[in-house]
This record gives sequence, C-alpha cells and structure tokens, in this order.
Amino acid sequence: MKKETIAAISTGMTNSGIGIVRVSGEEAFQIADRVYRGKTKLCDADSHTIHYGHIVDGDETIDEVLVMLMRAPRTFTGEDTVEINCHGGTYVVRRVLETVLKNGADAAQPGEFSKRAFLNGKMDLSQAESVIDLIHSENEYALQSSISQLKGSIKNEINDLRNKIIYHTAFIESALDDPEHISVDGYGSTLKAEAQGIIKRLKDLIDSADDGRVIKEGINTVILGRPNAGKSSLLNVLSGHERAIVTDIAGTTRDILEEQIRLGDLGLNVIDTAGIRQTEDVIEKIGVERAKEYAGKADLIIYVADASRELDEDDCSIIRMTRGKRAIILLNKSDLHTVVTVENMRETVNNIYGYEMNEEDLHIISVSAKEEYGIRELEDTVKSMFLKADLSFNNQIYITNARQKSALIDAERSMEKVIQSIEAGMPEDFYSIDLMDAYEALGNITGESVGEDLINEIFSKFCMGK
Amino acid sequence: MKYSANSVWENKDGYDIAVVGAGHAGCEAALAAARMGFSTVVFTVSVDSIALMPCNPNIGGSSKGHLVREVDALGGEMGKVIDRTFIQSKMLNKSKGPAVHSLRAQADKADYSRAMRQVLEAQENLDIRQMEVTEILAEGGRVTGVKTYSGAVYPCKAVILCTGTYLKARCIYGDVATYTGPNGLQSANYLTDSLKSLGVKMYRFKTGTPARIDKNSIDFSKMEEQRGDERVVPFSFTTDPESVQIDQVSCWLTYTNEKTHEIIRNNLDRSPLFSGAIEGTGPRYCPSIEDKVVKFPDKNRHQVFIEPEGIHTSEMYVGGMSSSLPEDVQYAMYRSVPGLEHAKIVRNAYAIEYDCIDARQLKSTLEFKEIEGLFSGGQFNGSSGYEEAAAQGLIAGINAARKLQGKEGIVIDRSQGYIGVLIDDLVTKESHEPYRMMTSRAEYRLLLRQDNADIRLTKIGYEVGLINEERYQRLLQKEEMIREEIKRVQHTNIGTSDKVREILVSLGSTPLSSGTTLAELIRRPELSYEKLADIDVKRPDLPYDVIEQVDINIKYEGYIRRQQRQVDQFKKLEYKKIPDDIDYDEVQSLRIEARQKLKAIKPASIGQASRISGVSPADISVLLVYLDARGKRS
Repeated sequence: MKKETIAAISTGMTNSGIGIVRVSGEEAFQIADRVYRGKTKLCDADSHTIHYGHIVDGDETIDEVLVMLMRAPRTFTGEDTVEINCHGGTYVVRRVLETVLKNGADAAQPGEFSKRAFLNGKMDLSQAESVIDLIHSENEYALQSSISQLKGSIKNEINDLRNKIIYHTAFIESALDDPEHISVDGYGSTLKAEAQGIIKRLKDLIDSADDGRVIKEGINTVILGRPNAGKSSLLNVLSGHERAIVTDIAGTTRDILEEQIRLGDLGLNVIDTAGIRQTEDVIEKIGVERAKEYAGKADLIIYVADASRELDEDDCSIIRMTRGKRAIILLNKSDLHTVVTVENMRETVNNIYGYEMNEEDLHIISVSAKEEYGIRELEDTVKSMFLKADLSFNNQIYITNARQKSALIDAERSMEKVIQSIEAGMPEDFYSIDLMDAYEALGNITGESVGEDLINEIFSKFCMGK
Repeated sequence: MKYSANSVWENKDGYDIAVVGAGHAGCEAALAAARMGFSTVVFTVSVDSIALMPCNPNIGGSSKGHLVREVDALGGEMGKVIDRTFIQSKMLNKSKGPAVHSLRAQADKADYSRAMRQVLEAQENLDIRQMEVTEILAEGGRVTGVKTYSGAVYPCKAVILCTGTYLKARCIYGDVATYTGPNGLQSANYLTDSLKSLGVKMYRFKTGTPARIDKNSIDFSKMEEQRGDERVVPFSFTTDPESVQIDQVSCWLTYTNEKTHEIIRNNLDRSPLFSGAIEGTGPRYCPSIEDKVVKFPDKNRHQVFIEPEGIHTSEMYVGGMSSSLPEDVQYAMYRSVPGLEHAKIVRNAYAIEYDCIDARQLKSTLEFKEIEGLFSGGQFNGSSGYEEAAAQGLIAGINAARKLQGKEGIVIDRSQGYIGVLIDDLVTKESHEPYRMMTSRAEYRLLLRQDNADIRLTKIGYEVGLINEERYQRLLQKEEMIREEIKRVQHTNIGTSDKVREILVSLGSTPLSSGTTLAELIRRPELSYEKLADIDVKRPDLPYDVIEQVDINIKYEGYIRRQQRQVDQFKKLEYKKIPDDIDYDEVQSLRIEARQKLKAIKPASIGQASRISGVSPADISVLLVYLDARGKRS
C-alpha cells in the first residue's frame, strides 16, 4: 500500500560524519515520535525547533541525534518535515533511515522532495524544468544501479517467491471466478504452511541485508598501527591496481562512497573521518580516544604490527581496541628478521583480552607489504569473516538498498497478515488482498509492476470453464 | 459482394440518436437514450434477434452478476428482465466473503428475448428498425448520421455502435465456413470499411459456442443434478423478492474422459484453430474443449454442464465443450461423454470470427476520441459476455444523451463499480482477446460488492434521470437506517451475564471475560448480526437489506477501511485531469516509450496515465510537475 509520508537521506554519503534523514508528509511527526526518544513529544513541539535525543529501533539505540522539526507550510516541501541529524557516519545514517521506513514512511521516489516542493508552490515556476531534469536523472541513476545490483541469486530468490505468491493467489482467484470448476475449500491450511515458508525466506533475505551492505558498499575498515609499521605500503599494495571511485546505488539516498579498495571480490572501505583523510596516522592525530570511537564503529579492524620490532604500549592500546571486534592482525615485515611471531602475538592478545581466544577466531597473518606476500591469505581471511560459509561469494544474497529492505519488510508483514486472516477464519478471498500486496512489494525490488500478471497466471495455470 | 443502393433518400423522422444493433448493449443504450428524452432509433438486422442470447443460457456469474446489479442500480433493464424470465438461480461463492458473492441465473432464452423486446416496443421515444447500417456519416470530425443498406440516410446527432459479433462475421467448424453472424443470422459486411475510412483501427477477434443437444436423447441418470438455490435472490433492487420464488429447473453435470480427449487429439489437424484457418484471437477464459485438452494435458477429465435453453424447448446447451472441430468429430466427441452416448445434435458447435475495435480509441465516456458524437459499447469494443455488453451499452447510451444535453459525460471510476473497472481496462490497456470481467480485476472489490451496488450507483442513476424520485428516496431511507443501526450496534454494550454466556456458548463462541460492544461480537468469525439477536434486546425491526449492510460493514470494518484509504489515494490521481490539448512532445524528460503511449492513448487523468503499461512512476512525476507549471503559467 502506498504511503503518504516519504523519507530519504538528504546529505550525500560522503563520510562527513554527519548525515541527515529527512521525513516529509502528513505523518512525519507521528513517525518520528515512533523512533525518537527525548524529552519532548515531537507531535506537540513548536515549529522550527531542535530537539536532542536518540533514535531507537525497538530496544536498540541507534544514534544520538538532533531532530529539527518544521511544520507546514514553512518547509522545503511545504509539508510537515522532520530532519534527523545523525553523527554516526554512513552506516548509522542508513540504519536511521531504515528504522524510519520500518515505522511507516515510504522511501522517496526519484526527485520526490523537489517534486512535492514544486507542487506545493514552494518553488519558482522557472525551476520546473530543473525539477523535471532532477526526477529524470535520479530515476535513470536508480534504474541503472538497481539493475546492476540485482544480479543472479537475489533476483532469482525474489522471483521465485513472487512466483509462489502469484500461483497461490491465482488458484484462489480462479476458484472465485469459476467456483463450479475449481474448489478452494480448505485451502487455508495449505496456504498457511506455504506462507510460513515464504516468511522464513523473506526473513533470511532481510537478515542478509546487512551482509549485503558490507559487500556492496565495502567493509568499513579501520587500519591501525604504530607509525612505520607499514600501513602505507600495505595500503599501496592493496589499492595498487584497482583503485576506483565507486558510486553506490540508492535511488533514495544518493550514497556516494569515496575511495574503495578492492580486495579480490570484496571492497574494503577505509573509514575516513571528518577532516582526517589518512588513516595511517590515526593514533597520532586524533588520539587514542578518537581512534577508539572509530574502531568501535568499524566492521573490521586491520591492525598492522611491525614484526621486526618488539611490541610497545601503543601496540597494547591498539590490541585493546580490537577486543570484541572483527579484527585481523598483520605481522608485517615478515620478510625481515622477525622478533614477533604468530605465537608471541597470540599470547600477548590473550593476555590483554584477559581470556583465551579460539585459534580460528583470532586471525593473525604474517605478511610482507614489500614482497607482497600474505596478501592472498588476508583476502581469504576477510572473506571467511564476512561471508556466510554456506554460500559462495558470488551467490551471496544481498540487498543493499534501504528501499529494498523496507520492501522486504512490507512483503513479510503482508504475508503475516495472510496467516492472521487464515487463523481468524476469514474467507479465502481475503487472503488475496495481502498476497497481492506482498507480490507488489517484492516487485518494487525487481522493478516489475503487477500489470496483468494475476490474470495471466490464472489462465496459464488453471483450466477455466465454459 | 459489392453493395450500392441506386437511390439515396433522407429519413425525416428526426431522430436524435441512432443505435446500431439491438443485442444486450444496444438495448440498454437505446432505452437509456430514449428514457433521457431523446428521440431514438435502434437498428437491427433482425427484429426477431433483439436481446438474443446466442451462446450460454445464463445471466450473471462471478463478477458478471455484479455488473448486472450495477446496471440495475443505474436504471438499466437487464436485471429486471432476467428476474422475470429466469428458470434457475444461484448465489455463487456463498461460503466466501461478501465481495465475491455473485448471482447467476439460467434464462429462458426465448422468454428473455421476448420480454426485452416488449420493453423496447413499449418505450416512448424509441423506434425499432430492421435494417443493416452500412455507413457512419461524419463531417469535420463530428458524426452526422447513418446510412442503411437500402440507401436511406438517417441524420442524427449521436450514433452508438453496438454491433456485437456481426461485423464481417464468419462461423466455422472443420472446413465448413459460413459468412453469417451467430445462429445463421445475416452478418454486417460494410460497416467495417466505413469505419476504417473514418480512421478507426479494427481488430479481429474470435469466440465460440458448444453444440445444442436434444434433451430427449440424453440419459440424465448418468449425470449429477444441479439444483438452484432454495431461496432465490433477485437481480434487480426493484424486484419483490417474493416474486422470484418459483419452481426451478435443474442443470446437469457430467465429465469428459480419456476417450473424449483421444478423439480430440486424433483430429486436431482438422481443427481450423490449429490449422490456421481461424485468424482471430480467441479468449483464454472460455477455451474450446480442444484448447483445454492441448493446454492441460494432465487433466484426465473436464466438467460438462448440461443446461436447458428454456422451458419451451428441448434444446440443451453443453457447457464446457465449445468447439470448432468438424461435424463428424463433434458427434464422436459428445457421444463419448457419459449420458450423451446417444446424443442428437440440434445445432453444431462453431467458432465465430468478427471485427471489433481497439477500444483505446475511446474516451472513458465511450465516445470516440477523434469522432465527436460517435459512441460504442459491447463486443464491438473488444469485450465478451452479455453483462459486459449491457454495462457498456448503458453508459454509452447515457453519455450520448448527456452529450446532446450539453452535459459532461458520466464516468464510473474503478473505485465506484465493476463497470468502471471494465471500461477503464478497455480504454486503457492493450487487449489481445475478448475481455471478460473477473473479480480479480477489481482492486477495490471489498467495496464493490453486489449487495451495495445501489448505495454505490443509484445516486448517479437518479442524477442522469434514469432512477425515479420514489426509488431514490427509498435509497436515502435505507442509507439512513444503515447509518443509525451501525451507530447503535457500535454503542451497544454487552455485559458478562449468565444469559450472555449461555447464548455465546450455544453459538460455539468463547464466553466474555469482560464487557464488550455488540460490534466486537459481530466481528467474531463464528458470529453475525443475525445470530446475536437474542443478546441484542433492543434491536429494532429492520428490512433484510439493511441488516445485511450492517453486518458486512461491522464485520469487515478493518478491511473496508483499509481499502477506503487506498481509494482515497487513487482518487487523488484520478481527479488530476490532463487537458486535451497537451503536447507530449513539449514535456521534456519523458521516456520515449511513455511519450508514444501517452500520445496514442491520450489519458484523461494522471490516474489513467499511470495505468498505461510503459508509463513509469518517474514519467508520472514529470507529468505532474509539467502540468502544474503549465497551470500556473496560464
């Protein structure tokens, strides 16, 4: 079902450290209140005020935010608008958007904020053409990225689910259209089992959405290490041949990821912090506290140790940052005379952690950035850490786009409603309503509209009478 | 076979509106036009074929029953006539939700035809004329009259084309083809060319019908009897329910078998469908038996319904076995079915091909976009079915009359009725086969029930002048009673007394642990308004149609509200009209496919534009901004 209130990330995803999620429409305040915890209820707040608080998804606190509240008509779109200022970088901004979508907003269509602004008389007539151009270009962009994104298994999986859903709907509908030829009596129990299976697969898809982010956007990685441990040479080796500017999808969010380092099939996304473009000198420049903060948010910490020198206090504080995180320890300069062995390092780490790590969970690799050795092992290690073991990388099912994730959630909810209708003893014709909603939601992901699909399915699968 | 009348003369009877064809569309169109005060003439190739039912002997069925109810609610005739001439009636899908309950009645075909003819004959302002219309006369993009085979010119201000399956019709079975309309009636062979010369784009469609078999040759003991409902519900909101409680006749059910299928498979090469002798596109929803056997090879039997064609005839319709196989194969095939071993065929099964239009040339009012004053309805528009035809005929008739009144045409939208879904689909979507109404085509079907057609549409019928004051006042009273009773039910509290407990338990429902409202109880699947009468001590005495509405509206309130919200969204785009003079070439950034489709179809509203395949949401956004800017500039 189409929702009236829209949301999108309105800042470019440039890792500026601050991102804004904008929500616009009749229900903007109600939706914001569902996800915002602070002193004031936003619905009751005055226009053009700023509120401090947190964005929560259920029990989980996602970010500390400032929320700007603006009542219609004095807003960009001319509608009630909420702007959520987040701090946590791209990942957190996305999580905030997803939470807002989950709570009743619809992902904005290409150029939709500008379109609404124009239609609500907030823009000059002379801007009509530029608004049209914006809609056009954003749409082209969204189309290209969504097509390239949906290759292989994810598309197959979604199509398979859609095929199942339309089949069951067509069966019900053909029986309603031709009750004397086809009987749907007692179909509820069959459909319930099917619906449960579909829900399970939808849940898997939703769960994989976060993995999808990791693969598609790159793994948010912090490389830590003492000066001269060899971080720069490592970066050079890693980025050497395939340094590329990769722009990431998102019809709604216009995410732009800056530099991505390819590691085989994976993207490593070295976290740039506001004002600090080089991670090499994290320790010196921003100090241990800031480094901790970024390390805390990273998907992966690569700690480069100099194996030709004894470990010192800086090494220890870095090791402390890796506790409870996905981390890889590289013993660099292993082409030289090595002072620190894998065994030494393991012992040190276990001492600092204060508990014994399983060997397979503590990734320590001897490398030589200079001789380019151990790099393949690093790549394999990252893969094994971030990809589910039972799926090969290329078949990994991923969804990266927030809109797609919210469409998956919509589809799942519709399927839950089907089960509720069955359990409540509703007649079969009611199932179709939610089945088709789920079908439509999944179609939004693959870019297919409903059209005559149901009618075609009825005729191709079921023998109608007369 | 070239035609030319040697002398041309002008008819001076001064008709306002000419209706071409007197089938189910033509009858409704002609009656509506005449009743709205316009002098109307209806042409037919044979007066004996007025309101003919050349195929199945029934009216209604799933979603088609809805159409009949809606036609009736608007002031049409079909429902009233079938209520007088049915011989069996059933409410289909009774165990399902109220949205898909649908009436279907077996008609006495001859009685139906005769009864409708009498209504036409008795109608003031309406003349019947047996004559083939051969030309549509138009000047400057505006219709001026029609010309007949005899050379007579009938000047008029509006023409409604309801030619059914008669245009260049050809009936085929095996290698036998006759150039006739259904039942051997004369086809209309000239009108197509006249229309083409006016720039109308034509399609060629195909449909078919099964054989009719002599009842005396059928062994019914080998079949299952199919009876009508104990209590018959009438189609028309004006029919006294007591008047339709008649003695009904039965239909009979039997099945094809592997032997039947083998006969068919062995003779497929002799079928004109598979040999390519038939070029028209056939409908998927009523496939011929040979289609079914080919398409569904795993099914080892298909149902066959033996239905009476009327009380005064022994002809029986063989539902489920339409065919265009050769005569000898038909005999073998029908006689392989249990009960039909000695079947005597009265009329062969046949396929029929005919010319019709691409209905995307029409506005939602059913007027041609390029020819003012020319309207059309029924199978000519690429639909199929008596009910679909009647619905379009009625709307075309109303709108031709409105045109002459200088008023805006009536458009029933998709949220108001199946009629709206039907017409919108026809004029918006590309169709490659005769269009049949289906309940799954109606996206808001929970609101478009057969039980509330009067509430949805009778007000419109009243406004156009087809519903009289008395009927309209009755509707307003009914609505008031429904409103009041819903309010009362929502505010009636039910406590946890022993009596309540006892009643609930006796109804198989869980006793209450705390007080609730009567409305909440009605929502329980096992309960209903009627079942809770004993608990509801202050219940007023209300007519059944009011009780039914209260029950449905309370019981399905959540779903109904949800659909209502969707309708609100839908209406927003539907009310955004696109001006006729829009130049799509001027709208930048429309994708090429969208631009071409929009130029071809010329949608009346943003809503209609959004339903055209090939027009994306981004194109709609672009259009919205363009139209808004255009509006502000002017």
